[in-house]
Amino acid sequence: MSFITYLINGISLGSVYAIIALGYTMVYGIAKMLNFAHGDVIMVGGFVAFTAITTLGISPLLSVLISIVICTALGIAIEKIAYKPLRKATPLAVLITAIGVSYFLQNVALLVFGSDTKLFSSVVNVPDLSLAEGQILITGETIVTILACIVIMIVLSLFIKKTKSGQAMLAVSEDKGAAELMGVNVNKTISLTFAIGSGLAAIAGVLLCSAYPTLNPYTGAMPGIKAFVAAVFGGIGSIPGAFIGGILLGVIENLSKAYISSQLSDAIVFSVLIIVLLVKPTGILGKKISEKV
Amino acid sequence: MKKIASLFLATAMVASLLVGCGNTATTSDSAAESTTTADGAAFKIGGIGPITGGAAVYGTAVKNAAQIAVDEINEAGGINGTPIEYRFEDDEHDAEKSVNAYNTLKDWNMQILMGTVTSTPSIAVSEKTKEDNMFQLTPSGSAVACVQYDNAFRVCFSDPNQGTKSAQYIGENKLATKVAVIFDSSDVYSSGIKDTFVAEAPNQGIEVVAEGSFTADNKTDFTTQLLQAKDAGAELVFLPIYYQEATLILSQANSMGYAPLFFGCDGLDGILAVENFDKSLAEGVMLLTPFAADSADEATQAFVAKYQEKYGEIPNQFAADAYDAIYAIKAAIEQSGATADMSVSDLCEALKKGITEIELNGLTGEGMTWTADGEVNKAPKAVKIVDGVYTAM
Repeated sequence: MSFITYLINGISLGSVYAIIALGYTMVYGIAKMLNFAHGDVIMVGGFVAFTAITTLGISPLLSVLISIVICTALGIAIEKIAYKPLRKATPLAVLITAIGVSYFLQNVALLVFGSDTKLFSSVVNVPDLSLAEGQILITGETIVTILACIVIMIVLSLFIKKTKSGQAMLAVSEDKGAAELMGVNVNKTISLTFAIGSGLAAIAGVLLCSAYPTLNPYTGAMPGIKAFVAAVFGGIGSIPGAFIGGILLGVIENLSKAYISSQLSDAIVFSVLIIVLLVKPTGILGKKISEKV
Repeated sequence: MKKIASLFLATAMVASLLVGCGNTATTSDSAAESTTTADGAAFKIGGIGPITGGAAVYGTAVKNAAQIAVDEINEAGGINGTPIEYRFEDDEHDAEKSVNAYNTLKDWNMQILMGTVTSTPSIAVSEKTKEDNMFQLTPSGSAVACVQYDNAFRVCFSDPNQGTKSAQYIGENKLATKVAVIFDSSDVYSSGIKDTFVAEAPNQGIEVVAEGSFTADNKTDFTTQLLQAKDAGAELVFLPIYYQEATLILSQANSMGYAPLFFGCDGLDGILAVENFDKSLAEGVMLLTPFAADSADEATQAFVAKYQEKYGEIPNQFAADAYDAIYAIKAAIEQSGATADMSVSDLCEALKKGITEIELNGLTGEGMTWTADGEVNKAPKAVKIVDGVYTAM
């Protein structure tokens, strides 16, 4: 029975990773850049919702919407100010800039909100699910996170396949130059990608803080890195891959904590990643693109 | 054009350096002048700690409580008729600034150092006091290295000592026989306490049934560690950690319906002040802390009343440590017959011997004694959270 509980806890943790990984993989898949500030946009999303609920007394649902709007605007602003001027620069320069943006956001949050940890009251109002006469408990947060993750995954896939903007994104991801020649507005498409990615980050932030109710300026940093690993694990650029990678990562982490060693759990997670990448370098669902010379 | 600019910048830099030198020279001169008159007429006790920045709450408590003790002693006629002069400098919980503060106090002709408040700066300053052979008594520097030299002593328990004392307390009060530990393996404070706790546990008839750890990078989900503790049948979960993580552990234990006793060390002090925290979750949590403001004994009551009247706050354990530190210095001076006109080094030698011969009844313990290696001996005290306040047990 314990095993099932460990497994459910793992899925619960994994679904949070998955929802963050969706944002990572989306931006990487289309703009071909690693947005290391993604984790910190999550933190900003958490703080916006926290301030709205606790200080301004706005209802949780409306707070989540405000948080999404502000994070979307923040994502577009970051893209315009920090990344757009570097569109022609080497990928390394963009990567370093992303790390810079990440530190910038952390330190601004540190200035505005201080370093002490705040307790976030959950915005999820779904009752816990109790199975097998109360021996197994699935929290409302877990249910909502998993459902949100699946819904977002389906909507994103449909958006990319069925809409014009989505097709433009696909075109940009395959070949920026050719897409531009075909009349796709590359800059606008990349901005849109960042807007969607950051909006997802706000949702992820609220769900992360609801499941694990603490909030400080470094809240987003570690889950951000783990989610990046999950995205690579599942095959970066692939939307279902991010979901599978996130869930697997959470489950492996929790089971190794439970049955092997709580100190070694992170080491085990990363070893599994290395093994997967050795066997399948593109990740579980990654596509192999052969380049023609 | 570039050359001119760089020349200008270089000149500006040199000029600013010179100005900097000039300033420090004049300030230290004036400090020395203003105090020469008082030499030998008073014991000059300096204090160092953070009164601004993230750890300000600790330093402020020490500063204020020591002031109360100094005022009391001076009103009662000083130490053997010699008054105390007391001055406190801010270090913002930063090792470098702490050494600067120490130098400032030395310019003021400090003879005894009551400080520093936090461990890292305390270790840095202890190198300096060792060089100068100045007597140093830290109220609350709990890291082992704070008192590594023979001129340094402390009022609080050391980190590893807290583990031993916790095990003894749990054993002697028969709180539990099956205990689980959840600790931060990336933090020296936490793993230090855990190691000594686990070592002492068998001597107290305690069986450690589960050891769960986490790291600074992985401290949001504790359900696995809690479930292991529950499955192993732990009646008590020992938490040698800081209060932020403890709030999560308490709420996750509550949502999984696991209700053991929770027992922590001084790191849990502050849990009731966390914004938005549901205090009912902390109900019944015990922590090993030397001081409870609501304790019924007369000395504590008098101290709390005085502190509240003067500073409008209820004092914490750091305040109590500092109050005891000043009285320990007084007792050591009286025991050794030291006088205020002795040199810093002679005074240090006298006090080093004096402090090991005294027995002090303080706020943080009855019959406190010190050993030559700088550690204090006192009975551990614990408080329990009842109805949202710390209550003496």
